[in-house]
Parts: sequence; structure tokens; C-alpha cells
Amino acid sequence: MASTSNTSTSNTSVPLAVQIDGASKHYRMGGNLIRALDGISLEVAKGEFLALLGASGSGKSSLLNLIAGLDRPSLGQILVEGRNISAMSPKELASYRLHSVGMVFQSFNLISSMNVLENVELPMRFAEIERARRQQLARQALERVGLGERLGHRPSELSGGEQQRTALARALINRPRLLLADEPTGNLDSRTGTEIMEMIREFNQTMEMTIVMVTHERPLAERYASRMVFLADGKLVREQTSNAGDLALEERHR
Amino acid sequence: MKVSDLTELALRNLRQSLLRNSLTTVGISVGVASLVAMLALGIGLQRLASRRLKASGLFDTVVVTSRRDLRSFNREQEMSGPAPAASPALDEPARARMATLPNVIEAYPDIRFITELRYQDKPHLAMVAGLPASSRNNDAFENLQGTFFSRATAHEVILQKSFAEELLGKSSQVRDDDSSVLEISKSLLGHELEMRYSERVENFPQASRARPRATDPENLEVSYSVISHELKLRIVGVTDLDPESMRGQFRARVFVPLQLAEDLHVLQPGNIRDTTRAFSRTPQYSTVGVKVKSAQDVPTVEQAIQRMGFNTLSIVDATHSMRQFFAILDLFLGIFGSLALAVASIGIVNTLVMAILERRREIGIMKAVGASDSDVKRLFFAEAAVMGLMGGAFGVLLGWSIGRVINIGANLYLARQSFPPEQIWATPWWLVGGAIVFAIVVSFVSGLYPAARAARLDPVQALRYE
Ligand SMILES: Nc1ncnc2c1ncn2[C@@H]1O[C@H](COP(=O)(O)OP(=O)(O)O)[C@@H](O)[C@H]1O
Ligand SMILES: [Mg+2]
Repeated sequence: MASTSNTSTSNTSVPLAVQIDGASKHYRMGGNLIRALDGISLEVAKGEFLALLGASGSGKSSLLNLIAGLDRPSLGQILVEGRNISAMSPKELASYRLHSVGMVFQSFNLISSMNVLENVELPMRFAEIERARRQQLARQALERVGLGERLGHRPSELSGGEQQRTALARALINRPRLLLADEPTGNLDSRTGTEIMEMIREFNQTMEMTIVMVTHERPLAERYASRMVFLADGKLVREQTSNAGDLALEERHR
Repeated sequence: MKVSDLTELALRNLRQSLLRNSLTTVGISVGVASLVAMLALGIGLQRLASRRLKASGLFDTVVVTSRRDLRSFNREQEMSGPAPAASPALDEPARARMATLPNVIEAYPDIRFITELRYQDKPHLAMVAGLPASSRNNDAFENLQGTFFSRATAHEVILQKSFAEELLGKSSQVRDDDSSVLEISKSLLGHELEMRYSERVENFPQASRARPRATDPENLEVSYSVISHELKLRIVGVTDLDPESMRGQFRARVFVPLQLAEDLHVLQPGNIRDTTRAFSRTPQYSTVGVKVKSAQDVPTVEQAIQRMGFNTLSIVDATHSMRQFFAILDLFLGIFGSLALAVASIGIVNTLVMAILERRREIGIMKAVGASDSDVKRLFFAEAAVMGLMGGAFGVLLGWSIGRVINIGANLYLARQSFPPEQIWATPWWLVGGAIVFAIVVSFVSGLYPAARAARLDPVQALRYE
């Protein structure tokens, strides 16, 4: 696995996956300005598992959408692997979303008219990958998340955990280096939530994927993330390295 | 995204709202059908009119006269060209030269004379004309009852329907007892007709009726005698259409083989002048018919003959205004036909805008996983195009069927009125292909706004929306 090659790099020299410089996101609602994000500066190292915590409405999703290239900051800039995605054209941004990031959402966001295999295949259609190759890769990804037997099922025929696993398989299909998860366990019971979190941790550890996860469940963040960042009213209020993260890093560097 | 994926996704999306999209497609079909039906009618009527004109036998024929006889057929020709006195004679060398012009099939003398024809001892006066062998292919003889002349010199005659009716004592003026050609021909075919005519004999030292067509130019001592003859002719055919309708008062209703007519040396109107004025050594014709390869060649051949110093008349002038009329008719039919298609295109816009609203979230998901604006745009275009293609294909089929039904109905009516069947509806291949292409273009244009709107959709908003 790729992680073996990473053993020589020390924690401090790990290059940045994400660098956020004074990013703000303002919305105009009627007459008043809503500062969903207000001058955020944050760095995420490659291979890091970062948790974004905060109360509802604190701006967690807004920040994640900026990193995902789904939205542009009103002020400031965002660099992902050194590339300024805030300055990208819509076309470049689409290509960035297609190849460089994978996303999972609280509400799964699967296309209900497509079966599991087709949902996972979808990003590869935009990447213009041959049908046979596409299906092969989608099958492999689904086997990885334990859904090898459910290829022909519609999302509505699956449990919440299975739907989120499908979404995970879809997020991984174009082999992105950055996985963004917006409350991935928010709609799941604790047991299936743990299942999903274990998978995300596995991707982080075996595939060297950088993870940025939004959650409002502190225990979950403490258990899986290497670092926790707290947001309130669109501002970064606190940062904390979790034990789990230290453990994970230690494990890897041993 | 690849075209195959676009098509697949478009079809899948269309199946999702099958009823709505089917209704939209039916709307396009009706629009295309009305357009096809209207244009097919226009084209059919134009073809019918062209066929009628073609049947006049003048479509690919230029009629040539000498300016000595008649200054011109129209003012334009009257102003140009040589004065009547200075203009050349329409004689055998002139005819031979016309025959060698490019794109000319043949140049034949127009031999026609008014003479007495006796049928069952009753005299009838009629214009008789010689028909060249090539007339056999003339559309006017398509519905000929009986046969064409067996030989170029056969003592045979073909009658125009109105003259045939006259022989049988029927008046062609009354439309009510308009009997069919078949009926008339039954009682006439094979019967004999006696033609009385006056032969013009050139008094050669050894005058003979069997001498060659072109006379010996060495012989200068020529004079004429006029001798009366009778000739029995067998009726071999009766034709319904009037092959010479364009000639007005000069049109013949009785036809004999051209060679026979020439050999008879009947005194023609033009000869009278010859006998009173200076005579020429070669035969002179009042009119020469020049058969041209195709109608397109008529103008150039006409010009060439006019440069030779003769008057010409062709149907090109007549068809010019006819084509103009039909161009305008087609335009109007096309506009009315397109109206239904315009309404259908609003249906496409409506359907696609509805689809955007319904599929907001889906569009957001596609963009989140990496679809570009143009992927989304092309997907909506593909949906519009599929509806356009299917609507166009069904529409053409529908329009064609409507045309068939109306054609059958019209022909049933014509048959009851004992008219020959007519093709008043024509759907040429270009119309079929053009209508489908047009339907797709209309669909594309209709898809412009919805596709742009879908592409502009903000994925963050679309995904927030629940
Ligand atoms: N499109 C928008 N228009 C107006 N306000 C918005 C919009 N998106 C988010 N907001 C506001 O920005 C703030 C942060 O929202 P969000 O990032 O979704 O918070 P969180 O994910 O932490 O719950 C909220 O107050 C929300 O109402
Ligand atoms: Mg949120």
C-alpha cells in the first residue's frame, strides 16, 4: 500500500492538502448581510483526518462547500495541493470536483432513479471512462464497501447505512486525494454510523486520503479525527488535537 | 460526456416522466404532421400543374417561326432581331442547322393544314398536324387509347377526344355527358376516315411523288400545280389530353405521322405566299418544332435560334410565373404548417423547465460529483433532441398517412366523376428528411433556454433544497 512509502516523511514536512487564507462567505438576505464564514484561515496537511465541529448554523457546511469547489469565497482564497481553486474557471472547477475531491453528505444524495451500480458509475461518465472499465471499477468499489451483492438495487431499497456506503463508493471511484464528508453519520443510528466511520478511517489510513469531516458529535470526532477545529458564527474559535489522531499517527509511523 | 452516455441518460430521464414527455412528443408529431401535410399538398399541386403543362407537349419544345410571317410572339422579340424583310427563311437548311444545335434532340417541320375529313360520309373540318415519332413518349399520349402509329408513313390517324366526340355526333360543349375516352375509342378504333387535301406539286422535268425531301438546288425551273386528293386513314388511337393546348387556334385535333404528312405535300398556309411571291428551291415551313433534351435547356436553345433570326415560343415563360405562384403558395402553406410546430416547441420548453424544477436536486448531485455546466446543458439538449427526433419521425409518418388518406379519398371522388386518378399529394424524400431535421432544430432551439437554466443551477442551493 501507498502508506509504506509515507513512513519516512515526518509530520512537520507533510505537504499541505488544503490551505485556506482569510476565506469569507457572505449571503445577502433581504436587507442584511449574513456572514456564514468570516475570515477563516486554516491548513490541512496531507493524510490528515480533520473534524469541523460547531453548532448548527455555525458555517461548517459553507466551509466544506468552499473546499469542495461547489462554491466560491466572497473574500480570501483556497488552495488545494497548491492550486488556487478560488481562481479556477467553472470548467476547471468541475474537473477539480471530478478528479480531486470526493464528497459524502448527511442525506446521501444518491440519484433515486438509478440503481447502486449506476450511481457509483455516474462520476466516471463525466470522466468519459469506457463502460466496461467503469462497471469493473464500480463493482470493485462496491465490494470494498461490502455492497457487492446489491448492485441492481435502487437507493430506496437500501438501508441508510447501505445508502451511505454507496455514496462512499461513489466518492472514491475517481481516486480523489481529498474526501469531504458533511455529517456522514447524521442520518444513521450509532451502530451503522460507526461502520461508516470505520470505513472512512480505513480510507484515511490505507489510501493516504486526506479527510475533512463536518460533525456536531464531539465523541465521534474525538474517536476518529486527528485534529478538531471548532466553528462559531462563521469564525474559527478553537483547535484541538485529539488522542485518536495521535494514536493513528503513531500507528502509522511505527 | 460521451454521446452514448448522453443519449442513455436522456432516454432514462425521458422514461422517468413517460406520460408528460410522450404528450410533448405527440405535440411535436402533430406540428410536424401539419407541416408535412401542408407542404405535401403544395408540392403535389405543383407537380399536378407541371404534369398538365408537360402534357401540352411544349415543355421541352421550342416553336420556331419565321419573322417574315409573324414579327414576334412578344414585344421583347419584336424590338430585337432583324426586320421581317431581312429575316431568313424558315426552310430545310435552317431546320437542319437547328437540329445540330447543342441539346437539341430533333428539329421537325410543323406541318398542319385545315382540311376536310369524312367519316361515315359526313364531312368535318379540322386542323391536321404531322406528329414526329418522338411524340410517342410525350406525356399527352400516356393515356392514349389504341396505339401510336405503326410506321412513320403509315396511313393512320390519332384523334383528339373532342374531335372524336364530334365524329360520333356528341357535343363536347356539354360537360354533363362527358364520356370517357375508353367509351369513345371503342366505337372508333379501326374505322376509316377519308381525308381530302390539296397537294402542291412542283413541276420538275420528271415530277414524281417519291422524290427525296430536299430538292435538287440545281434545278431552277420550278413551278407549282395544285391537285386534289383523297386518302383513307385508319383510326388507331384516341387521346384524352390535348397535346397542343398551348397553340390556341392553331391547335390540331387530328394527327397523322409526320413523314406521311410531309410526303403528301399538302398545300399549307405558308405556301400561298411562296406561290405569289418569289419561290425558293427548298421547302419552306411555317413552323418548326425543336425538341430539346430537357426543360432546362429550353432558354439557351431559344436564344441560339433567336440569334439565327427566328421567332421562338416556349412554355418556359408560362412555367416561370407558375413556379412563382407555387413558391408563394408553398411559403404560406409552410407558415401555417409551422404554426403547430411553434406551439409544440413551447410544449418542449414547458416540459424541460418542469423537469429542471423536479430534477433540481439531481442536477445538484451531478455537479457535486463532477459534472460540468456543459455536461448538464448537453444532457438537456439531448432530451430535447430525442423528443424532437421521435416527434419528427412520428409526425412525418402521421403527415404521410393523412396525405395518403386524402389522396385515396380524392381519387375515389375523381373516379366517380370519371376523371383519371391524380396524385394531389406528394411527399418527396427531401420533405421527409427535412421535416425530421427541422423538428430536431426546433427542439434544440426550444431546449436553449431550459438547458442554459439547468447549467446555471447553483449546486449548493440545489443540495440545500429538501
Ligand atoms: N444560500 C444561503 N443564503 C442565505 N443564508 C445562507 C445560505 N447558506 C447558508 N446560509 C446561512 O449561513 C449560515 C451557515 O450555514 P451552514 O454553513 O449551512 O451551517 P452549518 O452547516 O454549520 O449548520 C447559516 O446561518 C445559514 O442560514
Ligand atoms: Mg450543515
